[in-house]
Amino acid sequence: MLTISTTVRPATDLGFLLHKHPDRVQEFGQSYGMARVFYPEADEERCTAALMLDVDPVRLVRSRGRSTPDYTLGQYVNDRPYAASSLLAVALGDVFRTARTGRCDSRPELAAGPIPLEIALPVLPCRGGPQLAHRLFEPLGWEVEARAVPLDEGFPEWGDSRYVGLSLRGEVRLADALNQLYVLLPVLDDSKHYWVASDEVDKLIRAGESWLAAHPERGLITRRYLGRRWALTRTAFARLAEIGDDVEEDLEPPVEEESAETFSVPPEEDAGALRDEGSPAIHDEMVPDGEAANRQAAPSDGAVDGEAVWGGGAVDRRAAPSGGAVDGAVAPSGGIADDEVTPDGGAGDSTRKRPLNTLRREAVVGVLEELGAHRVIDLGCGSGQLVGALLGRPGFTKVAGTDVSAQALAIAARRLKLDRMPDRQLERLELFQGALTYTDDRFAGYDAAVLMEVIEHVDPSRLSALERVVFGTARPVHVIVTTPNVEYNVRYDFLEGMRHSDHRFEWTRAEFQAWAAKVCGEYGYHVAFRPVGDDDPEVGSPTQMALFSAVNAANAGKFSGGGAENAARVEGTVNAASTARVEGVVNAASTARVEVAVNATGAEDAASAASAGDAVSAANVANAGNIVGVGGGDD
Amino acid sequence: MTEINVPEMSLVVLVGVSGSGKSTFARKHFIPTQVVSSDFCRGLVSDDENDQAATSDAFDVLHYIVGTRLKRGLLTVVDATNVQWEARKSLIELAKEHNVLVDAIVLDVPEEVAIARNEDRPDRNFGPQVVRRQRKDLRRSMAKISRDGFRRVHVLRGTEEIEAAVVVREKSWTDRRELTGPFDIIGDVHGCRSELETLLRTLGWEIAPGGTGATHPEGRTAVFVGDLVDRGPDSPGVLRLVMGMVTAGTALCVSGNHEQKLARALNGRKVKIAHGLQESLDQLAAEPEEFRRAALAFMDGLISHYRLDGGKLVVAHAGLKEAYHGRASGRVRSFALYGDTTGETDEYGLPVRYPWAREYRGRAMVVYGHTPVPETEWINNTICLDTGVVFGGRLTALRYPDKEIVSVPAEKVWYESVKPFAAPGHRDPGVLSIGDVQGAKHIEVRHGGGHIKIRKENSAAALEIMSRFAVDPRWLVYLPPTMAPPETSRLDGYLEHPAEAFAEFAAAGVTRVVCEEKHMGSRAVAVLARSPEAAAARFGVVDGSAGAVYTRTGRPFFADTTELVDRLRQACTPIMDELGSDWIVLDCELLPWSAKAEGLIRSQYASVGAAARTVLPEAVTVLEAAAGRGLDVGLLLDRTRRRSTNAARFRDAYARYCWPVSSLDDLRLAPFQILACEGRATAVLEPHSWHLEMLSRLDDPLIVPTRHLFVDLTSEESRDAATAWWSGLTAEGGEGMVVKPLGPPDGRAQSPVVSGAGPELPVEAGSGANTGPGANAGSDPGAGATGQRSRVQPGVKVRGREYLRIIYGPDYTESLEVLRHRFLGRKRSLALREHALGLEALSRLAEGEPLWRVHEAVFAVLALESEPVDPRL
Repeated sequence: MLTISTTVRPATDLGFLLHKHPDRVQEFGQSYGMARVFYPEADEERCTAALMLDVDPVRLVRSRGRSTPDYTLGQYVNDRPYAASSLLAVALGDVFRTARTGRCDSRPELAAGPIPLEIALPVLPCRGGPQLAHRLFEPLGWEVEARAVPLDEGFPEWGDSRYVGLSLRGEVRLADALNQLYVLLPVLDDSKHYWVASDEVDKLIRAGESWLAAHPERGLITRRYLGRRWALTRTAFARLAEIGDDVEEDLEPPVEEESAETFSVPPEEDAGALRDEGSPAIHDEMVPDGEAANRQAAPSDGAVDGEAVWGGGAVDRRAAPSGGAVDGAVAPSGGIADDEVTPDGGAGDSTRKRPLNTLRREAVVGVLEELGAHRVIDLGCGSGQLVGALLGRPGFTKVAGTDVSAQALAIAARRLKLDRMPDRQLERLELFQGALTYTDDRFAGYDAAVLMEVIEHVDPSRLSALERVVFGTARPVHVIVTTPNVEYNVRYDFLEGMRHSDHRFEWTRAEFQAWAAKVCGEYGYHVAFRPVGDDDPEVGSPTQMALFSAVNAANAGKFSGGGAENAARVEGTVNAASTARVEGVVNAASTARVEVAVNATGAEDAASAASAGDAVSAANVANAGNIVGVGGGDD
Repeated sequence: MTEINVPEMSLVVLVGVSGSGKSTFARKHFIPTQVVSSDFCRGLVSDDENDQAATSDAFDVLHYIVGTRLKRGLLTVVDATNVQWEARKSLIELAKEHNVLVDAIVLDVPEEVAIARNEDRPDRNFGPQVVRRQRKDLRRSMAKISRDGFRRVHVLRGTEEIEAAVVVREKSWTDRRELTGPFDIIGDVHGCRSELETLLRTLGWEIAPGGTGATHPEGRTAVFVGDLVDRGPDSPGVLRLVMGMVTAGTALCVSGNHEQKLARALNGRKVKIAHGLQESLDQLAAEPEEFRRAALAFMDGLISHYRLDGGKLVVAHAGLKEAYHGRASGRVRSFALYGDTTGETDEYGLPVRYPWAREYRGRAMVVYGHTPVPETEWINNTICLDTGVVFGGRLTALRYPDKEIVSVPAEKVWYESVKPFAAPGHRDPGVLSIGDVQGAKHIEVRHGGGHIKIRKENSAAALEIMSRFAVDPRWLVYLPPTMAPPETSRLDGYLEHPAEAFAEFAAAGVTRVVCEEKHMGSRAVAVLARSPEAAAARFGVVDGSAGAVYTRTGRPFFADTTELVDRLRQACTPIMDELGSDWIVLDCELLPWSAKAEGLIRSQYASVGAAARTVLPEAVTVLEAAAGRGLDVGLLLDRTRRRSTNAARFRDAYARYCWPVSSLDDLRLAPFQILACEGRATAVLEPHSWHLEMLSRLDDPLIVPTRHLFVDLTSEESRDAATAWWSGLTAEGGEGMVVKPLGPPDGRAQSPVVSGAGPELPVEAGSGANTGPGANAGSDPGAGATGQRSRVQPGVKVRGREYLRIIYGPDYTESLEVLRHRFLGRKRSLALREHALGLEALSRLAEGEPLWRVHEAVFAVLALESEPVDPRL
């Protein structure tokens, strides 16, 4: 419900301006119910028009199309009948179509200029809280009163609802007021009941013509209005730029307002932020149509799509075993990218911060090439970012990607353009659904397996099953594991808790190394570690990487350039490795075998192993890392 | 008349020139599907049976079909000329690859007969030179065909002999499926005669004087897993006893690797004397020559494995993977005698063996020995009985089909083990295989009949939920089925009402039902073990936990449920005592709703409530003002006032199920069924009255009783009372009730069954619950046709008027007519299928079936949950 009052004299002229007679109750059929306009008060001093939209939630559910975006429409328990949402905006646009154009043949001068107006919206869904309402309406000349509506007075601990009671007071041209409401209601709600198509750009431009280009929040308004469809947003920016000044510039960064200002969401939390908003950021073709499993899955991996949601193609949705975690394309305020570690080392180009997920992927690809791996499987490939990168390098003769999420795989297939891929490339690729807690013959037979940002999505109690599946059964020659280094989290300004809500744990370097040493002991692997991203002297790098290599001498001699030099390097590295850290590993390691191996580590073991040839790869990486736990009782 | 014997499971290769009558012969002696002909395959790939250009592709197809049939263990006949060595060789290789025997039947007819036959056939337009060339090939082959690798080559010469031949199918030596036991299967003896005699007596055997045989008064049969000899003090004594039993037909014995080696040594072959062989040779040297010869003949004649009891039991010395059951080849024998060796040796110089049992998925129980283990342990329906008696361990027997383990200790350490076998065994971590769950599945269920199909897409959806969110599969022994409401009520103001539930069951012939209060919280399954040790022993969980509490989709209830589990274990100890079980599984409702669902309540229910309760009073004010101006808004005002009241009621409806939870003391648990305990799937076996009575004994402030009422559906009065009870429950804010047929869901209640043994449940549906312990129900009459009975819902939920506002929205009472058009069919079908799968999981659990079997059924429930069904039902 919405009321518009004026105290212009005579106030009843409002009827002319709105083209609705004050003494009648007028009904306008809408697709989801009935809109009514009537006047609870109408006299010389003050006249109030009420627009009441009577939404029938049952009809809403029953008439729901398969691809309706706003999933709350699928619920009988729905706030749409009560809240001033896009349904009301559409009704307003329809009912006051003529008034919105500013045309009023009987009172042209009144329609052309500002008049004293009061607008009341008792329940306005407002993602961003009352202050966002202030930010959006005050620049337009309104005096804003926004009161948060409590969720439930019986449960004060639940806090406020997402609704505000909004009152606007000001001298504004009525047509502008209506257009502002038409645009800003769905923007505040940040949800629409219909699919955003390209004609929305026209609607936005038309409705915002007189005020949007100069609005300080035009970026947020445009993005939200267009349902975060980046391509559309770009179009709108371009057209706005024609109207206004240099808007395009400041609209460029795709995610600024929520993470930096309003919500302080740390970059890796983007998916979580989306989820909390209750707007499912699932791409069009991916919308679940009510199936239970999808429904269960949706809340925790809402943001699956790579192209539409944050756009730009710079988004990595891997973070697998699910489609859940998102490595935002945004550098965190802590400064993830460090020129020292970026492979192309562009000195001085510090303005271009490189996203951690890119650095990570490049690091993994680099290590794989260094190891001379030709057949690689990405365990938990998500939407196929790494798979795509590997396919682009002919040295990788076989590239497999597996993920537990069928949806993620569908996206991967689409991104990789599987249906158009030439046979020769297709032959190198394998994509299939699999779960890392189930043994699977299809995981076997690779030179290297990659677990990039995967293990932290597995419950600690299920890790032993993953270890068995990967190190025990699939047994690739090398296993590359990356996972967040929790010590680095202090460098993220806004981060509370873990980097992603689906993370089951985040490890310190010592914890990661202890785990790796245990795995080595149990399954006969060597391990070395490398930092990924800015290697902070105090807390280490944001991502930690472990390189496991099978102790089994089957691959001995496979890597050239071994010999004494490398052996010596290992020696040096091990000697240099902080004793405290090695001891920490030993203490944390639970099996006696590991303890023996690590105690014996010193130079001899590693060196002898290296001279035997099978730890050469470990030696190669030892320059950057530090060998801990040359494990494996099978030596 | 020539009799041709071909093995029951084998490949039969027909050899003969074109026109020799192979197809006719095949038609006469084999069923059509057993015969794969090259002509047919040529037709398949070219639409012309005589298109010689298609021969290469045709043989690819032929090999594929033959290979598939052999993989499935089917007798297969190849109808092709096979006059050339290369053609026969590839078929022999195919047979060996599938470990089946291969015979050849040569049809040798005079050249002119073949030529004449071809001329009679219009489709064979090739000249006589083809037949002549083929005959030349055949003649050349015949000289050395016996060395091709066929088990036997049967040659039929001339049309008369071919005409008169009879084909007889020969049973495999390993096939003793007709023997149904009961068996006493005995592990590796290694010359420990005294312990063997003690064990046999313990098992009730009577040993003949002089130790030359033994019989069991109940007619049991002993099965020895091999390795009777070597290392121990009296290998000849053991041989004498076992040979006597085998000869008398009271025992079977498969070959162990030690028998094989000893026989080779006795045969004068060069063998390395090690691993206790010297002891046997010395002991045998002291025996009379006649005994030595008999022993040698006995050991030489031992076969690799036996299939017993209709194929349900397989005994092999070192175990046998399913693909090899009933097969015959050097590879099979080697596996059976030595296990799945990797070719490597360990630090003690012993061969490294691949843990084939972990991957075993066969239905047959496999019993074996060979590798000494400190404790016997079931791994996927297989068990190793070698408990190292000769190394000072024990001699162990398995009573079949009871699955009872009986063992006697070694009298001393007879032989020092090179490897410390008493080291704690590495427990199987219970890793499941993707093949257990992925793809389309047909799950056999014993209750509810037949099998349940799981679609591939549903498995795919469930895989993600299962592997990302569910608790450890070792704890996940059950997932509750969905439950349907009854037919929609036509009663004014109601969508659901008890009358329809009662009518539904009465129509199905059920006379006694129980009405159970439906607590509004979150469904919870509690798996509780007496101690971490009991949990390790029964569930294989070794992380020190002693139970789990999880949601209906298998998610852990809280980040850490230890405290809750401990409290429940404490509370349930008396029940475990009474049931004589170290563990139980409970089906419960966990309260409050907000404990698990607070996020949902806040974002969905409370939000809608807040919006409605804020806007509607304002709308009433605005409308009242308009009405005051004389505008015609009367109807809308009335409606808005009603909606305002609805909004308040809606808020009260959800708020009732919420309260703050800061510690365990704020939680409540309402158990309503004991799903299973050791050896008994009580959900299958016991009536609800039993469950409720047992659970009423729980004494802990955490536990909320489930109020209930037994109803006699034949009595109007009893139904009315139940309806009144429901009205009262729902009026005070209750969610409603669940109405269930009182009796065990499938069949009569069974008497308690001894631990470890699975009861054979009647597949046909029984009636009521009158025989169940503690049942205070009367007797159901015949309950109609059995087929119909299986369609009876295990329970229906009748939800209260106010509660349904949470489901259908605050104003649903305004749209009852529309909402009455709801379609229950799918939900009801789903409820039946999920229920059957749930009971199947519990039965498999109670009967001690391997983890993958339990998991298969549990996973299927989750998969079905991804079927699109109106979530409001």
